[in-house]
Amino acid sequence: MKQMILLGALLVALIGLVALPWFAPYFYIFIVTEILIMGLFAASFNLVFGYTGMLSFGHAAFFGVGCYATAMTLLHLKWPFLYCLLLSVGAGALLALVIGFFSVRLNEVYFAMLTLAFGMMVFSVAHHWRSVTNGSDGIAGFTLGDFGLGLDLTLGNPAVYYHVVLVFVVLAAAVLYLIGRSSFGMILQAIRQNPERVAFCGLNVRSYRLAAFTLGGAFAGLAGGLMAPFLRVASPEMLHWSTSAEPVLMSILGGTGYFLGPFVGSAMFILLETWITSITQAWMLFLGIVLALMVMFFRRGLLGTFLDWWLERK
Amino acid sequence: MSGFGAALLNSLDIGLLLFVIAVGLNIVFGVLNVINFAHGALYMLGAYLAYTLINLVGLSFWPTLLLAPLGVASVAVLIDRLVLRFIYQRDVADSLLLTFALLLIINESVRSIWGSGIHVVEPPPILQGTVRVFGGPSYPIYSLFVILVGLLLLAGLWYLFNRTRVGRIMRAAALDRDMAEALGINTKLVVTGVFAFGAWLAAVGGTVAAPMRAIDPGMGDKIIIESFIVVVIGGLGSFPGALIGALALGLMHGFGGRYMPEINMLLPFVGMALVLLFKPTGIMGKGATA
Repeated sequence: MKQMILLGALLVALIGLVALPWFAPYFYIFIVTEILIMGLFAASFNLVFGYTGMLSFGHAAFFGVGCYATAMTLLHLKWPFLYCLLLSVGAGALLALVIGFFSVRLNEVYFAMLTLAFGMMVFSVAHHWRSVTNGSDGIAGFTLGDFGLGLDLTLGNPAVYYHVVLVFVVLAAAVLYLIGRSSFGMILQAIRQNPERVAFCGLNVRSYRLAAFTLGGAFAGLAGGLMAPFLRVASPEMLHWSTSAEPVLMSILGGTGYFLGPFVGSAMFILLETWITSITQAWMLFLGIVLALMVMFFRRGLLGTFLDWWLERK
Repeated sequence: MSGFGAALLNSLDIGLLLFVIAVGLNIVFGVLNVINFAHGALYMLGAYLAYTLINLVGLSFWPTLLLAPLGVASVAVLIDRLVLRFIYQRDVADSLLLTFALLLIINESVRSIWGSGIHVVEPPPILQGTVRVFGGPSYPIYSLFVILVGLLLLAGLWYLFNRTRVGRIMRAAALDRDMAEALGINTKLVVTGVFAFGAWLAAVGGTVAAPMRAIDPGMGDKIIIESFIVVVIGGLGSFPGALIGALALGLMHGFGGRYMPEINMLLPFVGMALVLLFKPTGIMGKGATA
């Protein structure tokens, strides 16, 4: 019964999202576009953290690389958007494979340090390699052309771009959800709960952790690729650890224990950000305080706490 | 001598300062089993306090060297009592998340209190100017002072851990906190003390660094990444490892900066990757594989 109610609520939310451009002004379309993209970014982080139990503080590296990949191919090669996105996915996955190779074989403390350090390495490269990345100015001035596949879409129109983002995010979320439910996903969750035992069952924990990390990088790369035309720039700040903090906070805010937690967290995060930054400059200070309070007193997150309570209730 | 000698002194200067900061990170990890992501932010706080005391309050350098680190250590006591005590019994991930949140909070507080511009502190008159070392190139006196401070702290820490009761208690708490408690050691006090001591070391580093590095809100980020590289190269929780790692990084900067400036920035990461490849737990480390 409760399953049906949840499914119904999800369906209503989805219909609302599809219909949004027909009743909401542009301001809200922009906000929801950002919520969707950042939600996908947070969900890709949660595959690594919430499912597999690896706390990454360098997830922005894959998001940022995806963003640069799309921005640079649009600028220099003028590829159709779909191919740019595929390249972003590949770039995110490849970088995650390399960083993951060095990071996943050590324990949680090392993993957190190494992901932060390697993430900042990517940031420094983007910041200093002016001839390729244009330094702190970033890559800008690219325009969207065709979508690809012969589809005739006016991607420059925010409402059209919103629908494209919605389709990609929903499809990617569905794939992530199925990954979480598959036997592979079950093994990842088992690794979070008890890695020794998984190893005793004859499974190679390190390869599974690396696979999860690479997949997380691929989806973060897709989110980054979707972000590039939305922001119209790819800048080093997107690779900085303060950007890595965002999916961390979103996942904690929504709840790491449920699949939709990061998406709910993303919505709350961006609505809060829009509201807070209109009052004060110190948004990051607020972000830090919220993160600390959530970890100290509200570790299950908002959606998590609600669903725990509601599903337990007779 | 010339170029080579100057590069060597630079390496020592950078390496020993880095040692002071990284060893604080290591000591805190040893007892609390927490990597303090805000350690670099505490270093930065030390530098900003030094700037405030010297340039705005008008104190001279020497009392500042005493007061600024004590100020940061008191902040650390507050952090431990008000924030960290909630999660000592919990999963490692929670403590990592919490110190990461502290990093955001301290960084942004510094930015809103002191602004995002660059501040400069003059070295004390007696340490200004240059001196010829071994008849070779002239070298800033202040950098020699930093090397001296690093060596003094190195000797002092070694003495503390190996020859004093307080040091033995800290080592006992690092080895087995429950056992130490059973033997009548007040481990709560030890935990608070160790966290404050680690912060004190970071802030000594920040105060000493203030007259020779630009003070800006990004300085903490840079130093925490370098400290991480140091402890990964040396081995997490190892005292000699922190020294080896810090000197290795110092050499990379000292010589890399002189002979291959284009890729200097990437050298520490390459070094770290190489160590991870051949000895994932660091040169002096043991048992940390997942």
